[in-house]
Amino acid sequence: MNGSHASSHLPSVNRAPLLSIRDLRTYFYTRAGVARSVDGVSLDVFAGETVGIVGESGCGKSVTALSVLRLIQPPGRIEPGSRIELEGRDIVTMGDAELRAIRGDRIAMIFQEPMTALNPVFTVGEQIAEVPRVHAGMARKAAWARAVEMLELMGIPSPAERAKQYPHQLSGGMRQRVMIAMALVMKPALVIADEPTTALDVTIQAQILELLGDLQRKLGTSIVMITHDLGVIAETASRVVVMYGGEVVEESPVRELFAAPHHPYTEGLLQAMPRVGQRRQRLAVIPGTVPPPTAWPSGCRFRDRCPYAWERCANEHPPLYQIAPGHVSRCHLADEPERRAKRHEPAAAVGGVQ
Amino acid sequence: MTAGNGANGSGRGGAPPTSESMARTAATPHRSTAAEGQTLPAPLLSVRNLQKHFPIKRGVFGRRAGTVKAVDGVSFDIAAGETLGVVGESGCGKTTTGRCILRLIEPTAGDVSFDGTDVRALGAEPLRRLRREMQIIFQDPFSSLNPRMTVGAIVREGLTIHRIAEGAEADARVRRLLEEVGLRPDYASRYPHEFSGGQRQRVGIARALSVEPRFIVCDEPVSALDVSVQAQVVNLLQDLQRDRSLTYLFIAHDLSVVEHIADRVAVMYLGRVVELASAEGLYREPLMPYTQALLSAAPVPDPTTKRQRIVLTGDVPSPANQPPGCVFHPRCHHPAKDAACTRIVPPLEEKAPGHWVACIKQPPTGVSWAEQQGAGGTREPERYLPVIGVEQR
Repeated sequence: MNGSHASSHLPSVNRAPLLSIRDLRTYFYTRAGVARSVDGVSLDVFAGETVGIVGESGCGKSVTALSVLRLIQPPGRIEPGSRIELEGRDIVTMGDAELRAIRGDRIAMIFQEPMTALNPVFTVGEQIAEVPRVHAGMARKAAWARAVEMLELMGIPSPAERAKQYPHQLSGGMRQRVMIAMALVMKPALVIADEPTTALDVTIQAQILELLGDLQRKLGTSIVMITHDLGVIAETASRVVVMYGGEVVEESPVRELFAAPHHPYTEGLLQAMPRVGQRRQRLAVIPGTVPPPTAWPSGCRFRDRCPYAWERCANEHPPLYQIAPGHVSRCHLADEPERRAKRHEPAAAVGGVQ
Repeated sequence: MTAGNGANGSGRGGAPPTSESMARTAATPHRSTAAEGQTLPAPLLSVRNLQKHFPIKRGVFGRRAGTVKAVDGVSFDIAAGETLGVVGESGCGKTTTGRCILRLIEPTAGDVSFDGTDVRALGAEPLRRLRREMQIIFQDPFSSLNPRMTVGAIVREGLTIHRIAEGAEADARVRRLLEEVGLRPDYASRYPHEFSGGQRQRVGIARALSVEPRFIVCDEPVSALDVSVQAQVVNLLQDLQRDRSLTYLFIAHDLSVVEHIADRVAVMYLGRVVELASAEGLYREPLMPYTQALLSAAPVPDPTTKRQRIVLTGDVPSPANQPPGCVFHPRCHHPAKDAACTRIVPPLEEKAPGHWVACIKQPPTGVSWAEQQGAGGTREPERYLPVIGVEQR
């Protein structure tokens, strides 16, 4: 339905992207129906950049990340026709042996909850050392030395002793550093960080974000930063992809997104955020809730919650319109900008009762 | 509060700990510079030197191997109609403080007084009656609602237990409550799993309101919610406070939410209140180095600005093994930090009207320079206020 324009909005740069996703559809075949969690996502990541993917629960951002590593389990499935190319190789169709070879080596993932992502019965040193042993055939001793070196790079005091400890002996921030060490030990071209600091306290989050930025500068790794926190996006990403209802609804350079959001959902998200230093009486809200992925509304998926929606939004699924160079938005307002003056109560707010 | 010679012109109704009350709490070395004899209106809730220590047991015989000081000498007042925010990181004791006030957890020591009633002295039956006045909203809207009860039954339970209403009248009340929190009255016959996180949190709020309390502990009520839904719930809590003259203890780790909703804010670290001030005062001029770091660590949703960031080194120490002296000293960045900080427990002192801070290096302080030198101090206290406001990148 939107495959025809899927790639037209992307910046035409001479260099080839490191990661190129085209028309990715990941569906889950559940008893409640087909959940179209990711429904036609296209995006590019270039070498050395940080792309932020932002959205609320159920928007499809984590499923997009898992799809890129082909970590989707049945009843989920990456639909035929989806393309995910890393350095020119198609991840969707490659064989299992090839896939295993690039996971951890060229592409790595940092998960939200380091306690569940780490193996409780191995020391953290063993878990980090396993990566170069498998991928580079490194000898046990050399791999261990590499693990200790990585822990040191992560700013962990007395790394040789820490390497001999088990995950439960470390604090949350320390475990997340171990996860990052595991992800970066092979110097991958791309790291996907799925809410890497959500489970951490704010002072520890600051440490981890600082560390990720430093490592990126040192190693030249590209990062896809998935988060619901616009503050984290503003501080880390150069380009932002906003997702809603399994689709990309807006993509823009970070400054432009915050200064002049185009899509009403992005606008609503920015207004709904309480900000330190800006004490106000009332927060702007986006009424209603995200619809279930088994029943996306026809036309625009945001229309019930949108303060600008009109008839066209119910009848016609909006394509990604070009707003400015590198800035696209899935909203008919791009076509009929005069409608922005006609703000009204969204359908989900009428009556004020959910 | 206009009648007295209140040296403490905080402007808000809520009285900070008074010198008189501090003197009573001999267990903690609080000293106060506040003037005596202020005649503020009696607070609705008054907490003095609250402590909750959990024993650590080892071995088959449960030998006591140590103590976790989850809450270690917390004092504050909340005036009627006021919102006191409590912020701090995991393990700082903010949730335990909230639960000790309601006696959902029995405090180890300290006083809790609600509208003149000594909460800790109450037997089971009077305590049950008092719970009609004091309610709680929990963080996790998924585990805090019984999945086998309909939403109507959940909201109605309090009405039955406290014999407020029964039969058709109770049904009518349940419908009104659901409507008041923004849910359709016919949702009463549905089960919690049919609702989203934000809607469940509304059910939790309706349940708390059903017994018409005066005081509600809001324990991270929006932390588990998405940004757009979080704004809906924050607005609802503020509307209800205005309409029903409620008093809130609002616990959160998100500084921006607390700044938005709270009149005054208490910052906790390792079981203690380290700073207590009006929300405006705290965010404009944070005096405790920990608060400064906490504020500067919060990511700013504006890519054109950059904060002067104080990145703390290390983790929060274990509450079972607290550092001596000031609990924050191992991570502190105050330029005058010295050996005295490792030996003297800093009292919570009023450094500006209504602005209470626990730091012996942030003047003015009642811990004299001579005393600090006696404890190995080498650097005189100096005012330290790093620029943590936004600056252009």
